[in-house]
This record gives sequence, structure tokens and C-alpha cells, in this order.
Amino acid sequence: MTDPNDPLRVIPTDAPPVGACRQTGTSLPPLTLMGEHDLCPGCGEPLALRQILDAIDEMGMSQRAIGTIGIGCYTALTSLMDIDLIQALHGRAPSVATGAKRMLPENLVFTLQGDGDMVNEGLQEVIHTAARGENVTCILLNNGVFGETGGHMTATTVLGQRTKNSIEGRDAGEHGYPILIGDLLARLQGTAYCARASVHDAKGVHRTRRFLDRAFESQMKGQGFSFVEILTMCPTGWFLPTAEGPDYLDQELGAVHEVGELKKDGVLIEA
Amino acid sequence: MNVSTTERRLMEGSEAIAEAAIAAGCRFFSGYPMTPFTEVLECFAKRLPDEGGACINAESEIEAIGQAWGAAATGARAATGSTGQGLSLMQESMSEITRAEIPIVIFNMARGQGDYFQATRGGGHGDYRHIVLAPQSVGEAVELTQLAFHLADKWRHPVVIYGDYLIAHTAEAVATPKIDFGSLPAKDWAVDGSLGGSGRSRNVNPIGMEKGSKGIDPNGFWQNLADKEDEILEAEQRYEAIDTDDADLLIVAFGTLARFAHAAMRDLRAEGIKVGLFRPISLWPFPKEALVKAAEGCSKVAVLEQNAGQMIEDVQLSLLGSVPVVPIGGISTDGAGFGIGALLDSDLIAGRARDAHAGRPVPRGVVA
Repeated sequence: MTDPNDPLRVIPTDAPPVGACRQTGTSLPPLTLMGEHDLCPGCGEPLALRQILDAIDEMGMSQRAIGTIGIGCYTALTSLMDIDLIQALHGRAPSVATGAKRMLPENLVFTLQGDGDMVNEGLQEVIHTAARGENVTCILLNNGVFGETGGHMTATTVLGQRTKNSIEGRDAGEHGYPILIGDLLARLQGTAYCARASVHDAKGVHRTRRFLDRAFESQMKGQGFSFVEILTMCPTGWFLPTAEGPDYLDQELGAVHEVGELKKDGVLIEA
Repeated sequence: MNVSTTERRLMEGSEAIAEAAIAAGCRFFSGYPMTPFTEVLECFAKRLPDEGGACINAESEIEAIGQAWGAAATGARAATGSTGQGLSLMQESMSEITRAEIPIVIFNMARGQGDYFQATRGGGHGDYRHIVLAPQSVGEAVELTQLAFHLADKWRHPVVIYGDYLIAHTAEAVATPKIDFGSLPAKDWAVDGSLGGSGRSRNVNPIGMEKGSKGIDPNGFWQNLADKEDEILEAEQRYEAIDTDDADLLIVAFGTLARFAHAAMRDLRAEGIKVGLFRPISLWPFPKEALVKAAEGCSKVAVLEQNAGQMIEDVQLSLLGSVPVVPIGGISTDGAGFGIGALLDSDLIAGRARDAHAGRPVPRGVVA
């Protein structure tokens, strides 16, 4: 890891850079490992990941956190997270987290899954884990597509959204409707905390962090199941220029999967 | 519940298995009801909370093995189980758990012996094997259950106990004291969160992904697994050979069916036919060398199994044509499909062995 006492390096601006610009210095969150990763430009997941790692660190849970993660893009995330991790199968992380939490109830146990992982393949798992009131936190990074396979429709893809297998846009008659998973889980009695956030702008990132703090606190208080859905950009999977990712997220996915808290201390928050 | 573990008492196999697992230190169990496995789950549900453990009535077999996976990844001794059909649903996870090198015990209270291939070949993706132990009695199930937890930790590998309806539901007088199989390596790979932020945090995963590194080393990863499986193959072959030294006909059978074969063997010996019995206890690794030795000098090897012919392939692959191999088993199950078929009859088995010995044809099916 970079030495925090190193003076910040000054990038010369009197000549054009010889290669692609790369951030230097000490801006990494404490629980991040240095190293290369395979995430695409414009991906929203690192923003979400950073909030998760910061939240864990500031809660003082760095040495008591266990993450269970899915597959797909998440394999690329594992090498960057400096906390103990179990990699589960597509959809199975809530069950794996359940087993880990039952054996280590003092630990902060969370899942990190995509929408294809959690809402397609693993819908049953997350619903049962919530209904059981299992004292774990499930975190969904929802970008409305299967990112790693190259931009295919998932169960959260919004109507009209173009994907590789809904090429003219998702059509309700042909493809059915998106599942608003946060709204669904909030209604289950075992769910203590439920919220949806977005990382498309600074305000959204701060709100993401606040919701994560509350979910983790809820777990450590033993209130039951907690859930944070974070809308993230996937310009690669959306076939958009990188710079258009945040606005697309806000206007298209965000219009259907509305951000905000859905349940707190076991009480539904009415819109 | 106050139970003496050293006194023999009458116990159904399901209860004996749960008691043996708890004696071995199992503190997590998860399962989904399915006959004839159901009572194993019931016994764990009854006993584990008293021992400070957890038993979850999972909503599906897929979730059951997922939960056991998470518990085992923390270093706890964890188990799950089902019946062949439920095991089919768990195969995907069994493959991943094997590759993630997580010790776990899986009880298969099978419906008969039709799941031999499922147990020994695995129905999941990828290039893997897991250890399979097949008890023939409740007493042996107690011992093999405890051994299974030991072997799982020793090799960081899943171990399957292949039982059946009769093992689960027959009551026998057994004791369930803790059996000491020797010391084991520390579970320094298990996650507990304590290394977070140290740069050395752990990653329990099925692809050989190392923290802080880009990409994976697939060749090294698969080679390690293959090398370990070779070592298991060398070290963990288990079997029982009865009266094989002077045998002319060798019967090969596993699990409960082998007990019926043993009774048939005694009758045939009384008639003057020199019969030996070879019983693989580890179905993988298959006790190949010992079978070759037991078959030496025999004019024929008769394979008795309650299916259309599955273990016979391992017998043939072991003997490589050195001794003629004939099937004397067949498809045999009861109306409910639990595998308690007409073949569980020592007279019938003796008749078939007699026919095989005399070179007469043996029918493939068994009418229940």
C-alpha cells in the first residue's frame, strides 16, 4: 500500500502526458488493496465499493467483517477488497452469508451481488433470507444488465431499455416487467432495514454511504435482515459513451427504481 | 438432553449419525426434508441447539448446502445432506466447494444404490472428485461419520457418506463416543474477519483468486487440486476383504447390500463353493489395488449392486480384464422407490452367485 506520509506527487502540466493519465497518491480507502482490476471505464461499482469499505472501516469493523460475493464482475472486485471474503455461486451469497453469520454472530456479514446474481438466479435465496429475518446485510449493485456477459437483460431491466437480448428495448408484452426488489423485500416481516441509493452523482454517493451505515448498524443491533440496493452505472453494458452513464442511470433506471429509504427499524416508510 | 455417548443404546441410524457428528464437533447443519433423509435433519434439529450449534431447516437443498458452505468457510465443522434427488440439486455447489477447498460433510441417505455414479463421479461441472464413504451398518455409520469430519479437515475436501433407507431407519445398539483420529493442521485459511485491513485478508473462492493480484493462475490452481486428489487416492482407500485368500468366486458389494451378500457367502461356503467377499468402504477413492489382490486366483468376480450396473465399471477398471467380471445385481426397488427391493434377500443372492459360478446366465432385473 502507498505510504500516507509520502508527499502528494505533482503531475507536470507543461507538456502533454506520454501515456494515459493515472491517479496517483493516497486516495484509496483503507480497506482497498493496490492492484490492477478488470472493471470497465465508467463502471459505478468502484464508487459503491468504496462507500462499503469506508463504512466498514469507520464503524471499526475492519477486523470483524466477512463479505460473501457473487460471480461475474465481482470476481474482479475480490482482489481489491482487503477484508475476508467467501466467493459464492451465482445467486447463492445470501445462504452462504447465513451460514457464516450463524457461526460468527459477532461479525459484520454482508453479501455483494449484482442484479443478475441476486434477482435472477438467486431471487429465492434473498427472499428466504429476508423472510427468515437473518441478521445479515445484502447489498445489491443494480445496473439493470448482466455486465460481465456483455449487456444482457436481467430481471431489473426497465421497460424500453435496450440490451443484447431486448434489442428494441424491453417490452412488457414479450419480456415482462422489471422486479423492484427493494420494494418487494421491504414488505417482508423479517426485513428491518431497506433502502435504495444511486452513485450517479456526489449527492447520491453520500446518500449511499448513509444508507450503508444504517444497514450495518441495524445488523449489529441484531434487528434482522437489512438490504441496500445501489444503482450503478454500466456504460459498457448499456452501449453508451462513458460520460453519459450517470445521466442515463438517473433518468432511465432511477425513474423506475426510485431512490430513498423504504424501511427503517422494521417500519415501512410510505412514499 | 443428557445422553451418555459411551454406553451402547438402541438407536436408529439417523439418530446415531447425528450423535456421531456432534461427537466429532459438528456445530452446523442445514437440510431440507426428503425421505429417507428426513430423520437425520430432525435429529440434528433436536440436538444441535443444546450443543451451542445451529440447525437450519433450509427452504431448498440448494440453500441448505449454501448455508453449510458459509458455516464451513468460517472453520466450523458443518454438514448437510439429502437423498439422491436432493443431492442432484446440490451438485453445483459441491463442485465449487471442492474447488474452494472447504471441508464439509454431506450425508446421502440414498434410495438404493442407483446414485453410485452421482456419488463417485459427481454431477457438477469441472474436474473434481470427492471422498465417498459407504457404511454397511449403523455402527459403521457412527465411525465413518466421525472419520468423514476428520478427512474433510485433513484434506480440505468434501466427504460424502453414502447411506440408504436401511442405514437411516434400522435401530442397532451403538455407542457414540468421540473417536480420536489424530491431529489436524490449523484452519488458518478460514474466514473470521480478523485479517481485514492487514493486506493479508483471506479469500475463500473456487477459482484460485489471490488477494491483490490481477487475474488467476488456472494451470497452477487445477494442478494443485489434481495433486491433492492423487494423494487422497493413495492414502484413503478403505475396504473389507472376507475369506478372499482361498476364494474361487469373489463377490463385490458395498453398503447395506454387502451384509446380505455376507450371509449368502456363508451359505455357499457351507455348500463347498469357495466364496470371498470384497466390500469397498471408500467408493472414491476406489480400493483398486486391494481388489486386484483379493481377486487373485479367483475364476470369477461377481458384482452385486442394486442398480443397472455402475460400480461394475470401477471393478472392471481395477481388474483390467485379468479376471472375468459378471454382474449379479440388478434394478431392484420397492413400490415406494426407497430401494428396499427384492434383491435384499440372501437366498436370492446365493442363487445368483451359484449361477454365476457355474457359468449360467444371471438375469439383469429383479422383480419385486
